[in-house]
Amino acid sequence: MAVAAAVRAADSDPEPQRPARGGQQGGLGRFIGYRLVAGLGTLVFVLLFNFFLFRMLPGDPAARYRAVKSISPADLAKIRDELTAPLPQQFVAYLKDPLALDGISSWKGQPVWDLVQGRAWPTLVLLGATTIVAVVIGVWIGIKAGWNRGSRFDKVSTAVTLLFYATPEFWLGLLLILLFSTGIGFFPGIFPSGGVIDSGIDPLSFEGITSIADHTVLPAVALAAVYLAEYSLIMRASMVDELGQDYLMTARAKGMMDHMVRRRHAVPNASLPTITLIFLNIGFIIGGAITVETVFSYPGLGLLTFEAVSEQDYVLMQALFLVFTMSVIVFNIIADIVIAVIDPRIRT
Amino acid sequence: MRRASTVTTPKKLSPYAIARMRRKKSLQRFAQAFFGQPAGVIGLVILSVFVLLAVSAPLLFDREMLDITETLGNESLEPPNGDFWLGTDENGRSILAVLVWGARASLVVGLAASLISMVLGTLIGIGSGHYTGLAGSALQRLTDWFLVIPFIPLVVVLAAVLGQRGLGTIVLVLGVTSWPGTARLVRAQTLSVEGRPYLERAKVLGDSDWQQMTKHVLPNVMPLVIANTTLTVAIVILSETTLAFLGLGDPFLDSWGTMLDKATGAGAASTGAWWYLLPPGICVILVVLAFTLIGRTLEVVLNPRLGSE
Repeated sequence: MAVAAAVRAADSDPEPQRPARGGQQGGLGRFIGYRLVAGLGTLVFVLLFNFFLFRMLPGDPAARYRAVKSISPADLAKIRDELTAPLPQQFVAYLKDPLALDGISSWKGQPVWDLVQGRAWPTLVLLGATTIVAVVIGVWIGIKAGWNRGSRFDKVSTAVTLLFYATPEFWLGLLLILLFSTGIGFFPGIFPSGGVIDSGIDPLSFEGITSIADHTVLPAVALAAVYLAEYSLIMRASMVDELGQDYLMTARAKGMMDHMVRRRHAVPNASLPTITLIFLNIGFIIGGAITVETVFSYPGLGLLTFEAVSEQDYVLMQALFLVFTMSVIVFNIIADIVIAVIDPRIRT
Repeated sequence: MRRASTVTTPKKLSPYAIARMRRKKSLQRFAQAFFGQPAGVIGLVILSVFVLLAVSAPLLFDREMLDITETLGNESLEPPNGDFWLGTDENGRSILAVLVWGARASLVVGLAASLISMVLGTLIGIGSGHYTGLAGSALQRLTDWFLVIPFIPLVVVLAAVLGQRGLGTIVLVLGVTSWPGTARLVRAQTLSVEGRPYLERAKVLGDSDWQQMTKHVLPNVMPLVIANTTLTVAIVILSETTLAFLGLGDPFLDSWGTMLDKATGAGAASTGAWWYLLPPGICVILVVLAFTLIGRTLEVVLNPRLGSE
């Protein structure tokens, strides 16, 4: 019910003055409580969904583990027994360990969570770089285009962002490799096209950090282009919505400068949908970087997903899918809480 | 005689004729509004070009030009020249020919999967808005849950899990994963329609749930659904490209995504074979852009709240 209430409150026209009920902090606390409970419900659904999704596989599950040398025949037989048991029995076993904490990758023969852990930090670096670039540029374009609706800047930037929006990010990645890594014509091949860091360097040293930055520039630009387009389109639409509002006229009547009216009054009111979207997207980018990481051989969770798919390693796929879904759920909740903190109208 | 009398006394028009006239008029109004939007017209022109190319593919390039056993004599990865305007791929096939045939694959997958998504989204959206009580909230919860499942990983995992991949599998995977957005939109619109007096009238007169939903709610949510589905086509075509690029497409179908997959496999990015990389990507961008422009324009034209802006 909490989700429904929150969605309805966000969708319906805001009531300007809602009588305060039990103080602001109490309202916020209760709202966060509701969101956490609803998130737990979603998590249960995802765990069920995960169970059935990965039980649809054809073939003898043990056959997939044959390539792994470190598994003894007894363990192999045990894995087969587990994976070919009747569904209800499998389900009980699944409920005991839904996260597959002791799951073994059929590709590498290692515990899947060790693999996931080792690949998490490059994805987080890429995610951070992408989000910063996309938010700063996207929001700036959106504000400027929306405030000067119909201007040449508006027309050009809308056309360009729509073009970016329609571009497959991995194709942009391929193009960037062609131009700035391979080098063609007068374009210099200055960036590396694979990995996240040159081998043999400590990632925490100065050289390590510059090397990581060097490897992250191109994939981050490729990913950021798509999200930048989304942010600027949403921000522009919200700015346009605010243009005719009375409070802006009041601000101008007070003699406020145009850019101050924009910065102090229009932007704060117009930024809520974009802020929500930014947080939601953080959750989605973690799983959405599959193609870009593959193109750049960037050893993060996305590349790991691609490898799991090509090696038909379903235990690893299941763990990754859980990570991706969880991150969306978590950032959904964070988005709702951030918005509730900024905008008291949302709390119910 | 009789004919003259019907013309001179318009009052005697049958109700159907009146409805027809009204529909014709609103269609004209819609066309006028749509063609008044340059973005929509540009989208329509781009799309028409690609549809024309897709339909006339067999006339432009013989199907045999795609068969790699027929192209053994050609040099592979040849840059653009007089014989091959866009060069050749790693199997010596004309990239232009593969590109034109690829338009068929991308458009068919995009439209078919969006159709599935539209039907599912509309049914679940109207159902969850119309039925109060358990059924409605169950449908709504289902929509909420599917909204948080990350789309690209889901599509990739589904395609991997389903194994043998043909055109049908790809369409099914993309269709059954892209409906939640439509359902949420339709639900909101259904709730607003359900509050109107004529629905109360229908209920009082004893219309069944099915009649209420199909005769009164559906026609009112349909414009929104059409605008939304046009935008869905864009997303589905992008997703098909992604799937094919990851090697999860139909191996015997040359879609634009498959071309990009093969181009990467042939090392086009690291050897500088730009003629192999650029054309499929540009085609995807143009078609996706066309559907996006048309969808946005339909939204503005069909949604009075946006139109007055």
